[in-house]
Formats: sequence, C-alpha cells, structure tokens
Amino acid sequence: MIDANSKTLLEVHDLHATVGGIEILKGVNLTVRTGEIHAIMGLNGSGKSTFSKVLAGHPSYEITRGTVLFDGQDISALAPEERAQAGVFLAFQYPVEIPGVANNQFLRLAYNTVQGKRGKEELDPLEFDDFVREKMKLLKMSPDFLDRSVNEGFSGGEKKRNEILQMALLEPRLALLDETDSGLDIDALRIVANGVNQLANKDNALILVTHYQRLLDYIVPDYVHVMEAGRIIRTSGKELAQELETHGYDWIHASDRVAGAQS
Amino acid sequence: MNTVARDDYLERLIESWKKEISPARSIPYLDQLRANALGRVELLRLPTIRDEEWRFTDISSLRNTPFPRASAVASTDLDDQRVDAFLDETACKLVFIDGQYMPGLSNLATDDDSITVCSLSELTTGARAHIAEQYLGQLASFQENVFVALNTALMHEGVCIVVSADAAVKVPLHILYISSSKDVAAYPRCLLIAEMGARVTLVEEYVALHEGVSLTNAVMEVYVMDSASVNHVRVQHESQQAFHIANSFAQVAKAAHYDSLNLALGARISRFDERITLAGENAECEVDGLALIADRQLADTHTFIDHALPYGKSRQLHKCIVDGNAHGVFSGKIMVRPHAQLTDARQLNRSLLLSDKARMDTKPQLEIFADDVKCAHGATVGQLDKESLFYLQSRGLAEVAARNLLTYAFGGEIIDRVVVPSLKRRLEEYILARTRIG
Repeated sequence: MIDANSKTLLEVHDLHATVGGIEILKGVNLTVRTGEIHAIMGLNGSGKSTFSKVLAGHPSYEITRGTVLFDGQDISALAPEERAQAGVFLAFQYPVEIPGVANNQFLRLAYNTVQGKRGKEELDPLEFDDFVREKMKLLKMSPDFLDRSVNEGFSGGEKKRNEILQMALLEPRLALLDETDSGLDIDALRIVANGVNQLANKDNALILVTHYQRLLDYIVPDYVHVMEAGRIIRTSGKELAQELETHGYDWIHASDRVAGAQS
Repeated sequence: MNTVARDDYLERLIESWKKEISPARSIPYLDQLRANALGRVELLRLPTIRDEEWRFTDISSLRNTPFPRASAVASTDLDDQRVDAFLDETACKLVFIDGQYMPGLSNLATDDDSITVCSLSELTTGARAHIAEQYLGQLASFQENVFVALNTALMHEGVCIVVSADAAVKVPLHILYISSSKDVAAYPRCLLIAEMGARVTLVEEYVALHEGVSLTNAVMEVYVMDSASVNHVRVQHESQQAFHIANSFAQVAKAAHYDSLNLALGARISRFDERITLAGENAECEVDGLALIADRQLADTHTFIDHALPYGKSRQLHKCIVDGNAHGVFSGKIMVRPHAQLTDARQLNRSLLLSDKARMDTKPQLEIFADDVKCAHGATVGQLDKESLFYLQSRGLAEVAARNLLTYAFGGEIIDRVVVPSLKRRLEEYILARTRIG
C-alpha cells in the first residue's frame, strides 16, 4: 500500500555490480518505502535475480559503483548476516538443501541469532517449538517438516513454503522474494501468496522478483518495474504486469519506439 | 623375503620381549601360533612410504618409540564411574588398561547365557580349545603384515566373545581400551564369533587419559555365521600424540549381515586396515567411516571388501573432515571375484577440507572379475559449499557459525548411523565441541 506517512526503507542509486569480472547490474535506481510492494519483472538474464542477491550480500557479486542505503545506512560493505540482522531477507529461488541439519534446529538457530542481535528474547527448544508450529499453520505446513533435514527431499512447493516460514520467523523489514512462484502449482501458489500477504504490513516492504505475472494476481504490487540488461527500463503501476503478460517483453520496446516517435 | 635385512626397530622390540614370550604355555595351538608369528616378525620390516600401501603414511617416527609393552598391571585411580561414563547401556563391559584386562572395572555379569566371554588364554579345553584352533588367527594373516605378526606374537590377554546361535543380544557389548600413560605400547586382540542367526552389537573403543606418545597395535577378527548380524562400532579416540595401528578382519557367511562403523578422532598417526570377505551367498556389509582430524594428525583408512560369492551386497560411505595441517588418506578396494555374480556394490568417499593446508589422498578402486554385477564408486574432495554458507548467513548466522553447522552436518550423516543412543549423543557433543573451535 502506498502511504503518505511511510518512510524510505531502501534507496538504490546507480548500482553497478559484477560477477567474475562481468558487469551484470549497470546502473539500477530504485526507492522503496515502508508499506510498499514492488515487483521487478524481466526476462532471464536481465539482472533481476542478481539484484536481489546483491542486496542480500552474496559474496560472489561485487558492487563496483553506486550506493545501497537501507534505512538510511549504507549496507554495501555489510556481511550477509549483518544485513539479515538489520532486517533484509532473501527468499531464495533455489533454496539450498542441508543434509544432516534438522529443519527445527536450523530455524531456531536462525531465529535466536537474529533475536539476540536485535536485543530481543530468545526461545528455548520447547518455546520455539510452539512458536514455529503456530507460524507453520500460516503456510499449511505439516509439523513433519521440523524433523526433516533442511530442504532435503522437499518438493519445489515445500521448499518455497519453508522460505516463507523463515520470513515469518525472522520478521524482515525488507523481504526480497526471488522467483518465489517458480515450481509452484496453483494450490501451493495460493498458500504461499496468502502467507506473504499476511506478513506484509505498513512497517515493512516487499520486492517480488518474477518472470511471470501469475504471482501478481495473488500478491498485488503497488509498483511494477521492468528490468533489462541490468537496468530498470520502465516503472509503472500494477497494470504494467498485465500488459507484459498480454503482449510480452518485446512490447516495451515497441511502445518505447512509438513513444520515442511521438516525442 | 628372507633376503630382507632384519629391521633394527623390530630387533630391539623382540629382544625386549624375549623373556616374556619364551616360557612355554599350556596351550599348544596358541604357543605355536605365537611362535610362528614371532618367526615371521624376524623376517619382516616396518613399511615405508616406498611400499605402495603406505605411500601416504610415513610411520618412520615410530622407530623413535621402541616402547615396552606394559608388563605389570597399571595402577590407576580410574573408578567405575569414570568408566561408566563411556557407555550407559551395555550387556557386558570389558575394560583394558594399557593392554591389561581389568576384572575390577569390567562387568561380565549378564543374565544372557547366550554370550560367552573369556580370555584367549582360557581357550584351553574342550569346545574352547576347538575355537582357538578353528578361528583364532585364521582371518588375521600375518605373512605379509608386520603389525598383525607383532600383535599375534604378543597376544595373551586377548578376548574371545561367542554369541550363540539365534541369540538376539539387545544391549551392546562394550570393549574399552584405555591408554593410561605415555611411552607404553598395547597389543589388543579380539575374536568375535556370532553363530548362526545371532544378532549382536559390539562397541570397540580406544581412549586415552594422557596427552603423550603411546602405541596401540590392535587386531580384531569377526566371524558372522549364516544369517547372523553383527553391528560393530569402532571409536578411536587416542591421545593426539599417539600411534594407532589396527587391523580388522571380518568374514560374512551366507545371508549374514555385517555393519562396520569406524570413527577416527584421535592419534597423531592412525592407520586402520579393514578386510571384509563376503564368503557366502547373499552376504551383506555396510561399511561406514568418519575421520575428523586437525592440527598435524594423519588418519589413514584402508578397506578391502571382497565379494567372493554371488548375490552379495556392500555399501560403503567414508567421510573425512580435515582441518589445520592434517592429512587424510583413504584407500578402498572392492574386489568382485569371478563367482560373485549379481554382486551389488557401492562405495563413496567424501572429504571436506577446512583449511588451505589440509590434505586428502583418496584412492577408490574396483576390481571386477564377474560379468553380471552392479558396482559404483566415487570420491569427492571439496570445501564447504559457498551457496550453503551464503544461505545460512542470509538467515543471520555469522560465517563461523555457518561453517561449523555445515561441518557438523557433514559428519552427522555418519554419526546418525551409530545405533547405540548414549554413544551417539556423546559423539554428537564431541563433534559439536570440535567444530565450535574450528
């Protein structure tokens, strides 16, 4: 929701980033205020997933130019865990499987670490068990998931639900959802989207990175940005997603040419 | 071999043992076996890195440690409680200190008359004499193996365990070998026979009460008779300066099952040679291992799984976690003999290097002489997965915590297979403590 009383949460200015010496982001500008939901759309290779990883602090990417201000602080030199503790959360496109670590052990460790850093109360195993089971209801997850190894043998939908469960536990102020809709059937998509919607509020913000408009039927964005070749080339309201779905990404260029001819 | 010059290290050892070896014993078979082994020791030499099977493991420093075998029963202030701390649940507990059997600390009291436990020196009369002749030293060939020859030449306090046919022993047997002081050598010897259809779990554990140099040279022989099942957990947790050399032999008969799990945690240099023969149709074995080493430790595991007859199945997962300047070695051979049709064998060695100076040498080998088999093997050596680290960090975990959790998880896959709950808990705590330091 766009709110007059909101404050600026994320301010990205002229962001350039490379991986292995190859420049992927070539000057991204984006401002996100509390309470807002942004969608970043684009074709494969446009740089949208890279953008979310750079914001979360993935060590393979190097910021070569520009600034990332989160809540007024430059976070570009912070380690991933420091960003997480500050309130940045990335829901992975491909959540990592960690055999040998029970999901409940991992979730409690993450929760208590972040709580501790934020000066809040940590939970013992029994308290946490009650707490996490309550949160799991939001995503219609069976308690069985607690005893299994982190993401190991989870279906695509189960992995994505586990991501949103982590979001529910860690209560980020800025959540980056990277292709959260990929690999989901329609029922799982509804459950995940419903969970995300319940977690969105006036004090946090969401960035949905997606290829398709489908997710945006369930999580309605305030802004839709189109990314191409490492830049945001178009920003508009939610209707932009619908137009992309109908006409395809080429339509942007066609409409740009028309716009260019008119100006 | 007769042309090999006598090894001065072995010569000195033999010299110091002469008086305790020579007196005639009352068991002709045992005396003969020991005399033969001693004769063999005189013709062999310590292996060097020029020997193919020892090329990664340099034990030349063993020459500086011609320890006497502990002769008198070591005095110790070790009490029952401290011994009990090693294992909660046990049907029968055998405690050795520096190679000497400690009846006061052991507990043979068991309601279960299906288990017979005795010293090798008690294998004198009747059926027991027959056991010695039929089984002792039959698997543990010392012709080419100087350490087996040394152990055989010196065995007298070894233990013999027989589990009678169709008995299912629910709680584990526990053999605890304690090294109580430095500069002492121990030569533990054990013979386990699981008769037809018997089921038993054996925990064989080596611990130290000191930080100094000591030597263990252990030999184990396991017979798993038709349809029997043996679960054998081996924990080596010697002093960080110790030498630990062990040879383990198992023969698995028709439709029998042998689980072997080997944990190498301690010792400056440890070498574990395991030879398992699937000697009956439908015999199966699961062979797992974990070496967790740091600083200047070296842990070498050599396994040989011999599929001799059809329908055999073997599964092997050996993992190494190598930190600091440590060095892991794995050499695993799976042999499929011409008659062993429809063998199903799988072997995997996975190693994790935690520092730039950690080193791993791995050599998985398959030798297949049957034409209708299913065999796979592989080895991976790597570092912690960067994506996994990033994933954990992105959830708020500091890099060190993330590394430790992933390291713990890597070893946890093997620890999970320990079937004795109290031992499993103790190992989990140990690995957690170890990974927290790293």
